[in-house]
Amino acid sequence: MFELLGIPPQALFGQLLLGLINGSFYALLSLGLAVIFGLLNIINFSHGAQYMMGAFVAWMLLTYTGINYWWALLIVPIVVGATGVVIERLMISRLYHLDHLYGLLLTFGLALIIQGLFRNQYGVSGLPYSIPAELSGGTNLGFMFLPNYRAWVVVASVVVCFATWFAIEKTRLGAYLRAATENPTLVGAFGINVPRMITLTYGFGVALAALAGVLAAPIYSVNPNMGADLIIVVFAVVVIGGMGSILGAILTGFGLGIVEGLTRVFYPEGSAVVIFVIMAIVLLVKPAGLFGRTP
Amino acid sequence: MKLKTLILASATSLLLAGTAMAQTAIKIGVLNDRSGVYADLSGEGSVIAARMAVEDFDAAGKGITVEIVSADHQNKPDVASNIARQWYDQDGVDLIVDVPTSSAAFAVNEITREKNKIFMNSGAGSADLTGAQCSPNTVHWTYDTWALAHGTGSAMVAEGFTKWFFITADYAFGQALEKDTTAVVTAAGGEVLGAVRHPFPGTDFSSYLLQAQASGAQVIGLANAGGDTVNTIKQAAEFGITQAGQALAGLLIFITDIHALGLETAQGLVLTESFYWDLNDQTRAWSERFAAQNDGNKPTMVQAGVYASVLHYLKAVEATGGKETEALMAAMKSTPTSDPLFGEGMIREDGRKVHDMYLFKVKSPAESTGPWDYYTLLATIPAAEAFRPLADGGCAFIAK
Amino acid sequence: MTMPTETGYRSQAAALPVGTPRHHMVIFAVLLVVLLLAPAVLYPVFLMKVLCFALFASALNLLLGFGGLLSFGHAAFFGLSSYVAAYAAKSWGLNPEIAILLGVAAASVLGLAIGVLAIRRQGIYFAMVTLAFAQMVFFFALQAPFTGGEDGIQAVPRGRLFGLIDLSADLTLYFVVLAIVFGALLLIYRIIHSPFGQVLKAIRDNEPRSISLGYKVHRYKLAVFVMSAALAGLAGATKAIVFQLASLTDVYWTMSGEVVLMTLLGGMGTVFGPLVGAAAIVTMQNYFAGFGAWVTVLQGVIFVASVLLFREGIVGVLAKWLKKPL
Repeated sequence: MFELLGIPPQALFGQLLLGLINGSFYALLSLGLAVIFGLLNIINFSHGAQYMMGAFVAWMLLTYTGINYWWALLIVPIVVGATGVVIERLMISRLYHLDHLYGLLLTFGLALIIQGLFRNQYGVSGLPYSIPAELSGGTNLGFMFLPNYRAWVVVASVVVCFATWFAIEKTRLGAYLRAATENPTLVGAFGINVPRMITLTYGFGVALAALAGVLAAPIYSVNPNMGADLIIVVFAVVVIGGMGSILGAILTGFGLGIVEGLTRVFYPEGSAVVIFVIMAIVLLVKPAGLFGRTP
Repeated sequence: MKLKTLILASATSLLLAGTAMAQTAIKIGVLNDRSGVYADLSGEGSVIAARMAVEDFDAAGKGITVEIVSADHQNKPDVASNIARQWYDQDGVDLIVDVPTSSAAFAVNEITREKNKIFMNSGAGSADLTGAQCSPNTVHWTYDTWALAHGTGSAMVAEGFTKWFFITADYAFGQALEKDTTAVVTAAGGEVLGAVRHPFPGTDFSSYLLQAQASGAQVIGLANAGGDTVNTIKQAAEFGITQAGQALAGLLIFITDIHALGLETAQGLVLTESFYWDLNDQTRAWSERFAAQNDGNKPTMVQAGVYASVLHYLKAVEATGGKETEALMAAMKSTPTSDPLFGEGMIREDGRKVHDMYLFKVKSPAESTGPWDYYTLLATIPAAEAFRPLADGGCAFIAK
Repeated sequence: MTMPTETGYRSQAAALPVGTPRHHMVIFAVLLVVLLLAPAVLYPVFLMKVLCFALFASALNLLLGFGGLLSFGHAAFFGLSSYVAAYAAKSWGLNPEIAILLGVAAASVLGLAIGVLAIRRQGIYFAMVTLAFAQMVFFFALQAPFTGGEDGIQAVPRGRLFGLIDLSADLTLYFVVLAIVFGALLLIYRIIHSPFGQVLKAIRDNEPRSISLGYKVHRYKLAVFVMSAALAGLAGATKAIVFQLASLTDVYWTMSGEVVLMTLLGGMGTVFGPLVGAAAIVTMQNYFAGFGAWVTVLQGVIFVASVLLFREGIVGVLAKWLKKPL
């Protein structure tokens, strides 16, 4: 049996697959951030908190009303996305004429509020959310035991990412959106309600975060802090991919998941920092990110 | 919260104003995690336990007025040291109890020594509190890493689980836990095949679990704590690690963690604790009273330790008739301890409280009769063997 | 270096006179008197915390308010310096003033290293790069053997100043800290009102114009970045001596966010704003500590309110009202 870098190939395949699973979350979250940044020029620091809200709302639906996982996949993004719409209308829309930094500071404050409220209400020890019966169990792939639920996460993430990319880059609606960010006045003159479109875009970005939250709920414990550290990593993913680049965010998300997975084998202590090292290097060599247009 | 204790305290002092007894006014600070990962195992429950100790001792009837204050140290050493300093300097606190999280406990340990007050730790695990960092002002009541590692490690090896792999939280406490357990395992004839250090706190442990599986070890030792341990155990079930025949050994796990995990996931886990509510009639009776005040949740060993340590402290106050630190510490160490929760015991010269430890196995859902019926007693580790021998601790002020 | 040539076309912010307005001197004097008397009423350790954070926020403000660069990684300098100072005082047994100077030196070197790379980026990218570097410093603090991991470096001796004055009494230490912080604040004030400070403001307000006027913009930015890092380091090192502790909290990214909050609340680009902001936030954290996570919520609310309602900050609003720069 040959070994690759001192690791048996089975183990390596297993780790690559795990990296891909984590990458699915990075991709979904960075996609939402990229959509919001690309179209609104807002750095959404509360993205992690909104991801956490997604997991919590799914938990609440199950616990208080008995609504199951599958309905939660549909309802939660709508509910949390609606809160995003309210936030955009009440607060973010007042900042478009200002420096980007104010958007960052505002959403940072929002993140603190949301996390603090959930921490007060539910503590931080985490709430259990079980894997839906249809997806429990797993498949033995020979080199590893793959839980069905994790496989589902990868599939769901790839589908959603592709659909979003397609909608924005290839459809007429997407074309309007992109045009509106370039020249809102002109697009408005064509009779399109630009402010509403922007509001809905923010709502959609938030809904993506919430969807990632629902997907995460059965694997990680539902916890008010679950988004706090993740958000910094996802920021790095978006920056590496190129701010505002949809495809960049998706590909970097999956790619960095795999890189991180490999680090866990070769230098586990460094797995928390490898993404930041890559980010620093990328920014210095290619400031606009791997897939970004030159600013 | 603060308001409530204030009212309580002033009410007791009003009551006492009528009786003309020799008064000693004591202020106890319960410093622990009230919002973080250890909030369930210490938190408000520890305040309840301290209050019960004051009531059960009938402090008011013995001419001792007790005020209890509490604060959240957020598991951070800097916050803990700030609060401790302010409590001693400004608020006239005489005794600090609980303090989970070793880094925070070390901070309080230092400030207490500097200000010459008393610190009775229940929540923190590091055996260094009565070893390298020992202090004449500190009592370490409930458990420590040495005791846990020995309880769980030697028991597992004795059952034939000789090959170990560690999943360790990459911080000083996790590494200490791994080191202690490794020593026990190898001394008992076992073998450690490898270890992986994960960043703290982590969310996804599947990668480390697969590495543990690939190592061919019989036992995966979880040298982490709180949410990390809970998530590791959950994901071990998800990835079929336990079903494939590897056992998990939680090196620092509390009954509240089992409660959060559910028996379906946690069953079969072997762990060491110094207290379980269902040990005997006395613990059951006390725990029932406790649960009535704590939303129906049974006490953890940490909360039990807070009760017992406050009780012992108050006895010393009564015996010495004052609150002079040296006299109190001498009295506490010379008087054997006796309480309904830990039974008979003693406080060693280095501050280590010595009592029996228990090895438990987590029940399967079928064996359990309901919530909080979680453990089967496997073995009792007698007090004499449960803790690190005095001579091995390297406590500086003992050597002199 | 070319000195600015007066062209008669200057931005509003740069319209501050180069000299020292008299009312600033009055405020400094009143502040000093109040701070000298304060320990009679308030707990000295609390006051020292306020002072350290006031300096930290002022250091950030030098970069953010006058250089126009938002660093989201200033905890790196604050934290690294506190580790170095704590280690020097504890393990090498050095005098506190030497320990603090070593801390400042470490922060300056780190500031130079990060600054050289970071100032090539602007706006959000600059914030992100500083955040990324700060995460690396956090990682270093967690891993390096001398930092003690999550325990931090504890029981740091306060020592004797210049080997003579025993600092173990809170009140003695308070006056030393007051001298350090007040001196540093005056230094920052000098920097802001020097020709160098004027050029900085010009760059902040219109970088292309400054370039076309012949300024080496990068050099100015790097210089202010290093100064800001060094001053943040001074705050961190002093804090380590005061609290006898250096811990991971000081290097974590929430610390960077907190100091941005202090500056924003007090008023970016004002002289006294960071002091007010730091005092407000530290007081809140101290007295509301019993309310648990509500402190976080309240901080968030303050953040949101500052951004939406008074972007000039408390002092900025006050200055507008008094029609005088503060």
